[in-house]
Amino acid sequence: MEKVTVYAAMRAGGMSRRAFLQACGAIAASLALPPGSGRAIARALERTPRPSVIWLSFQECTGCTESLTRAHAPTVESLLFDMVSLDYHHTLQAAAGGAAEEARREAMAANHGRYLLIADGSLPVGHPAYSTIGGVSNLAMLQEAAAGAAAVIAMGSCAAFGGLPGATPNPTGAAPVSEVVRDRPLVTIPGCPPIPAVIVATLAHYLTFGRLPALDPLGRPKAFYGETIHDRCYRRPFYDRGLFADTFDDEGARKGWCLYKLGCKGPTTYNACATTKWNGGTSFPIQSGHGCLGCSQPDFWDGGGFYRADALPFGPLTPTATIAAAAGVAVGGAVAAANRRKRAKARAAHRPITVDDLEKGQEETP
Amino acid sequence: MSAASIAFLAWVRGPGFHIALGLFCLGLVWRLIEIYALGRDRPLAPLRRRSGASGWWTILRRSRPSAEHESMVSYLAGYTFHIGLIVTFFFFTPHIELLRRAVGLSWPSLPTALVDGLAVVTLLALGVMLASRLLDPVKRFLSVAEDYVAWGLTLAPVLTGYLCFHHLLLPYTTMLALHLASVEVLMVLMPFTKLIHFVTLFPSRWMNGEHFGRTGVAA
Amino acid sequence: MSASLERGLDRFRESLDADTAGFFATCVRCGMCAEACLFYTETEEPRYTPIHKLQPLKRLWWREYTLVGRIAAALGLSKPVTGGELADWSELVYDSCTLCGRCSLVCPVGNDITYMIRRMRDGMAAAGYAPPGLVGATRRAIELGSPMGVQLATLQAQIRHQEEATGLPIPMDREGADYLVLLSSMEIVNTPEMLGALARIFDRAGVSWTLASDAFEATNSGIQIGVAELAREIVMRTVTAAERLGVKGVVSPECGHAYMALRWEGPDLIGRPYRFEVLHILELLDRLRGEGRLKVDSTFNLPITFHDPCQVVRRGGVTEAPRNLLKMVATDVREMEEHGVYNWCCGGGGGVSAIGRAEELRLKAFGKKRGQIEATGAKTVATACANCRVVMEEAIDHYQIGVELVGLTELIADHLETEESHHG
Ligand code: SF4
Ligand code: SF4
Ligand code: SF4
Repeated sequence: MEKVTVYAAMRAGGMSRRAFLQACGAIAASLALPPGSGRAIARALERTPRPSVIWLSFQECTGCTESLTRAHAPTVESLLFDMVSLDYHHTLQAAAGGAAEEARREAMAANHGRYLLIADGSLPVGHPAYSTIGGVSNLAMLQEAAAGAAAVIAMGSCAAFGGLPGATPNPTGAAPVSEVVRDRPLVTIPGCPPIPAVIVATLAHYLTFGRLPALDPLGRPKAFYGETIHDRCYRRPFYDRGLFADTFDDEGARKGWCLYKLGCKGPTTYNACATTKWNGGTSFPIQSGHGCLGCSQPDFWDGGGFYRADALPFGPLTPTATIAAAAGVAVGGAVAAANRRKRAKARAAHRPITVDDLEKGQEETP
Repeated sequence: MSAASIAFLAWVRGPGFHIALGLFCLGLVWRLIEIYALGRDRPLAPLRRRSGASGWWTILRRSRPSAEHESMVSYLAGYTFHIGLIVTFFFFTPHIELLRRAVGLSWPSLPTALVDGLAVVTLLALGVMLASRLLDPVKRFLSVAEDYVAWGLTLAPVLTGYLCFHHLLLPYTTMLALHLASVEVLMVLMPFTKLIHFVTLFPSRWMNGEHFGRTGVAA
Repeated sequence: MSASLERGLDRFRESLDADTAGFFATCVRCGMCAEACLFYTETEEPRYTPIHKLQPLKRLWWREYTLVGRIAAALGLSKPVTGGELADWSELVYDSCTLCGRCSLVCPVGNDITYMIRRMRDGMAAAGYAPPGLVGATRRAIELGSPMGVQLATLQAQIRHQEEATGLPIPMDREGADYLVLLSSMEIVNTPEMLGALARIFDRAGVSWTLASDAFEATNSGIQIGVAELAREIVMRTVTAAERLGVKGVVSPECGHAYMALRWEGPDLIGRPYRFEVLHILELLDRLRGEGRLKVDSTFNLPITFHDPCQVVRRGGVTEAPRNLLKMVATDVREMEEHGVYNWCCGGGGGVSAIGRAEELRLKAFGKKRGQIEATGAKTVATACANCRVVMEEAIDHYQIGVELVGLTELIADHLETEESHHG
């Protein structure tokens, strides 16, 4: 494999040096690195050869790839494909069938212990036969590929948490990459799809420093998943003042009030949408009038509905309450009947008291 | 934030809430029947009718400050935390949304900053209530373990709600889950502790007012 | 377990109703009832907190009338109510409670504590834990017809004196009279002038009235001690006499519990409504005043205050009559700070005045009233209950306070209009 540096690949892709430096600065800023780090990144990318990347897709919708490929040059996100030597990606590569699988094995052998493994989609751990590629189950393929990887990136919410395939009732027994890969450095970049710039910045960090950035307990880069959407949402002042859109076409919606009541999951969602935004910083869902779905959070499909306000219990409450109240009537009725029997018994035992009786107890208890 | 806390949040929003709601309804209905099915006798003496002397009036009248308030601090704290609980529960947007889901009614919320401030005041008032329970000779004498449990059950939702809103102490998701869980524990235990007074207060006042009202006294 | 204890607990079980259960369930142990009770305010002993006086009854309710309590009892997690416990509570239920009803008025959750203390006394008496003094009074009421042992002969002697003093006849057993007038032993023995006062007032107002030789005593020790069957027996004497004489109304004297027992509880005790109305003497006088049949031609001009008898005012609902009458006869009426339904008890109601062992406590509890009276600056206190009057007189003697007590009826009689008088 030729040893082309990242920088060389980028210049070959038509990027000016000035644009390259700007991109490095932007990446450093997005990672919240100290001033001057842009230069450090640039220097590293100038020296570092492009790593070999094996991209495996399992139970997924290709949305993650779509998200990356729709990025317009020369945005930061478009850098991804210049930064790496994409040696296997069954949607993007020209080869197909047995040839493609052969190329994958070759690349893995040539870069054993050094290649990066990116996986999107979840794994049907419950029923491995539900998803196979060239007769190899996803599970086996991931295990094999992970064994020789320097680091693994779980791309998108399916790979990170199980995602849509893992939603109730989870027919395939879908599991995230983290349940299969336990002995390799692993970073999760959840989102449905994840923000392209986040992927690029994470990769740049890895190439520059030779290790993954600081992660939160869910394995997400803290720099991008450290705050909730709600923390950075420009509609937050409306939330704080109690001004909400009640429908998508009411006065509140037109005035840009908070979308909480329309189901916005911003308060429980950790992601960078509100700051990084999408499509080269153009906009993000809340800015275009729709609440956050919470797509970077585990099990967001099972959160009780996209239009149900955050933190609300899910499932119909009336049947629960009705059944319980009926049981309460039964228990209460039984106790009430026993109580009435007890009282009736005491009343039946009632014997008139005479004045003499009034002195009795005192004799017994001196 | 960990996967466990997210799973916990999902549980308290789902099965947990349903269990709590179920036990709450079960317990409340059972307790109310257990108490009130004992029935009451109608008096045979002719009543003295006087306006203002009735159970209904007493329900209202007992809410206003009475002539007896030797211990001004705990008296004020008592009012404050009750008002605080009512306002924060009924006028905070997420709660209104919850009630809208549950009972189909909704009303305008108060500004978050106001509810927020009130939550702090409520917490302080609850602190005063605890101090007075520990220091006041009568209250200390009357108190049983249940009183402290009930205090904790009341405090927990306000405290976790406040911390959650401000993203303090624990990650938001964990705190939100704790907030919901504290409310669920409260719901389960409410019917079986003195906290049942949130309902029985009304019949008790009514009966008291009715007893006094028979003789024409506006109690 | 002794038979009498079981009988007492059975009375608890019999009387448990939705009211009591609801009150127990609702109590938040806020302690505010303590501040309402003169036995707490004057001693500052927390055990005198009204709701605490009900502890045994509350536990019985919880153990036997709630599912959780039943389970706890079955598992041995709660102790049954014992005789020793009731003996300990005797002082709390009798000596330190005048059934004044003030606690019931202030409880923020609306608990009618006094109502429950009445229930508590029912069981305590049946189990034999009523105080000896009250048992003695009840024995005299049942066996001799009056808690103080006053016999018809005594009354007849007092009648003769008063007839001589007023020159007016005091009718006895007169069939077809409008009103049967009752007295209390306290009045017959300590303030017989009341009889003469009544004679003068009724004569002037043209009221047709009578006493009854078989029912002159109005007080009801059965109610105070807490034995419904004895209370019924005592009430029945009045009902029988009133129906025999065919009166339209029965007039309860200046006595708190007498009025309470007869007016509000009697029909329930005998199990049917009366065929006559029951009035407190002040109600009748106020009615006469309203009709212009009661006039005074002179007034009492020194500062005077009024002590509201708990059972007449707070528990009885006779709130305006005393004030209307007092304003008619006195020019310098000074209300106590807390008056009317918020009054403080004299410390001797609810049978407490008959409990010998409670004397010290009773005198201490009077401190509240003493402070109230002194704050008005009045040296004369009018009241409308012979028991309050005697209790306060004793305490005033004890503390050497220069205050005079007067019955409101008597005060009016003293200032009655004389112009159209036939007998001077
Ligand atoms: S729109 Fe969503 S994220 Fe923005 S303030 Fe409202 S709830 Fe928070
Ligand atoms: S005032 Fe009422 S609620 Fe408070 S302790 Fe007394 S009975 Fe209980
Ligand atoms: S009725 Fe009066 S004396 Fe008895 S406990 Fe209540 S306040 Fe005290």
